[in-house]
Amino acid sequence: MNKMQKALHELSEMDELAARQSPIHSLHPAAKLITTIVYILITLSFDKYDLSGLVPMVLWPVIMFQVSGVDVHTCFYKLRIVLPLVMAVGLFNPFFDKEIMVTIGGVGISGGVISMITLMLKGVFCLMMSFLLMATTKIDSLCAALRKLHVPAMLVSLLQLTYRYVGVMTEELAVMTEAYSLRAPGQKGIHVSAWGSFLGQLLLRSMDRAQELFSSMMLRGYHEHFHYADIRPFNIKDALFMGLCIAFFFLLRYADIAQLIGGLFVR
Amino acid sequence: MHMADALLAPAVAATMYVASASAAGVSIHQLKKDDEPQKLPVMAVTSALVFAGQMINYTIPGTGSSGHMCGGMMLSALLGPYAGFLSMIVILAIQCLFFADGGLMALGANCWNMAFYGCFVGYFLIWRPIMNGKWFGEGKSAERGRIIAASIIGCIITLQLGAFSVVLETSLSGITELPFGAFCALMQPIHLAIGLVEGLITAAVLVFVYNSRPELLQGVDLSGEGEPKRSLKSVVTILAIVALVVGGGLSLLASSNPDGLEWALFGNEDGGYSTNMGLDEENFGVSSGAADTAGSIQEKTSFLPDYAFPGSESPAGTTVSGIVGSAIVAGVAILICFIGGFFRKRKTQTE
Repeated sequence: MNKMQKALHELSEMDELAARQSPIHSLHPAAKLITTIVYILITLSFDKYDLSGLVPMVLWPVIMFQVSGVDVHTCFYKLRIVLPLVMAVGLFNPFFDKEIMVTIGGVGISGGVISMITLMLKGVFCLMMSFLLMATTKIDSLCAALRKLHVPAMLVSLLQLTYRYVGVMTEELAVMTEAYSLRAPGQKGIHVSAWGSFLGQLLLRSMDRAQELFSSMMLRGYHEHFHYADIRPFNIKDALFMGLCIAFFFLLRYADIAQLIGGLFVR
Repeated sequence: MHMADALLAPAVAATMYVASASAAGVSIHQLKKDDEPQKLPVMAVTSALVFAGQMINYTIPGTGSSGHMCGGMMLSALLGPYAGFLSMIVILAIQCLFFADGGLMALGANCWNMAFYGCFVGYFLIWRPIMNGKWFGEGKSAERGRIIAASIIGCIITLQLGAFSVVLETSLSGITELPFGAFCALMQPIHLAIGLVEGLITAAVLVFVYNSRPELLQGVDLSGEGEPKRSLKSVVTILAIVALVVGGGLSLLASSNPDGLEWALFGNEDGGYSTNMGLDEENFGVSSGAADTAGSIQEKTSFLPDYAFPGSESPAGTTVSGIVGSAIVAGVAILICFIGGFFRKRKTQTE
């Protein structure tokens, strides 16, 4: 399977997840989007040494994964993209920040190690919530919600149309790449003599395709922006979900739950 | 160069969102003024193509490795800076939402680092002046030479700016302990090589488009038909060699001085360069009153010496309670997973 086929597989996997049924799937997309943004902001606001404060933030994604029934393995597979850069930045911290902050059983743990773990956890938590948003929300519903939140129509229409064509183009390029690799066995990529023509030919075809697409849009009555199938109105259930979530996040942020729970057992 | 959420502080992420949103607002306003409804499908299809095209491996001759393209310069050359910028935003949003490549809160910063420089700086300061200039003379082959030069210079400069912004944003967020100079010295040379390869790939695609359908490119002179054809291969080869020598030389220079920025500031007496900028490393930036105040504020805010719960008298006790509490929270999280799994299993059995 080449890189493009893997990408297509990932896209269809996300579409399938978003099409499932669960209490989280049925929530209004705007409520989920706002909740996700607040969660990420609060997670990022933790101090780099506040590891014990950050750990309880795991509770929310864990609850959401369980209620929505989304497989956490699919999410962790995506960590392969996020973690390398985060780790590349965080791995230097133990070398530059050597001040011992905690001693456990005679072993000193430096501030650099704590800040490195905090950084990685922040990366994982934020990814989990972003993944959950897309795994429980269809792209059309998200676009409709973005319009309700007054994101410019041109940007939203472009997002929706591009997403539609990402699948088409990726599939076409996957076939081209497969055909090329079959004709050039053992070659690592596209040879320098075909650098321009390989993508260029598809680019020229795509421009013609775009003109045909515009004609078909006009024939179907397109004018300035798309009309979305009605997403249900924002109701009291959505408001309650959003309010409770945000209150819970602030509770986790300002009451050090880990310290409080630990305090019950350790004197 | 896609930044994850964890690499940014909320204030920096918000600032970058505002900056990118402003550039997007200007772009939308400009496109509305142009009133070209047929541009939307062209933007969408081209963005989708660039998105897929980023996954193609291009063999780099003589190295055994392969390179990729990013697409900012290509989009601005094909669609113009405003449409190109919006198209890049959408590509970055799809990468972030569906492939976890870059974070949701880091989207503003990623748009700035990869789309703003590639589209606005790349178009207005590099592509347009070069295409309107008289480099390589008159005619079609000269135009090809200008396209190649603009693509390579554009990609190198915009990627350098993008990489520098990543360093700046991460450092301002207080995420890394890596000194600013060392971080720069790590990022810039790598992106010099990446920019060079991307520039060559972009040039190859744009020259192909120019040869077949020159009207698709922005700012290209469509006259000059029928003049004698000069060898394109020679133009590409000369430019590639010049770029390789310049890029490779700079990379070597940069990597042989990993702390290049600090070296430039503070001098290197061992190497006989004691007067670079005349700064004293020990006392640099500490002598002023403002720096003293900033230093004392930083001392108070950036360290938690005992990592203790505020108001607690026993740091050791609170540290242990924090660890125990975290372990219990982790236990509760696992328990929630088990309970969820149990109920789902029961539901499946009853169905």
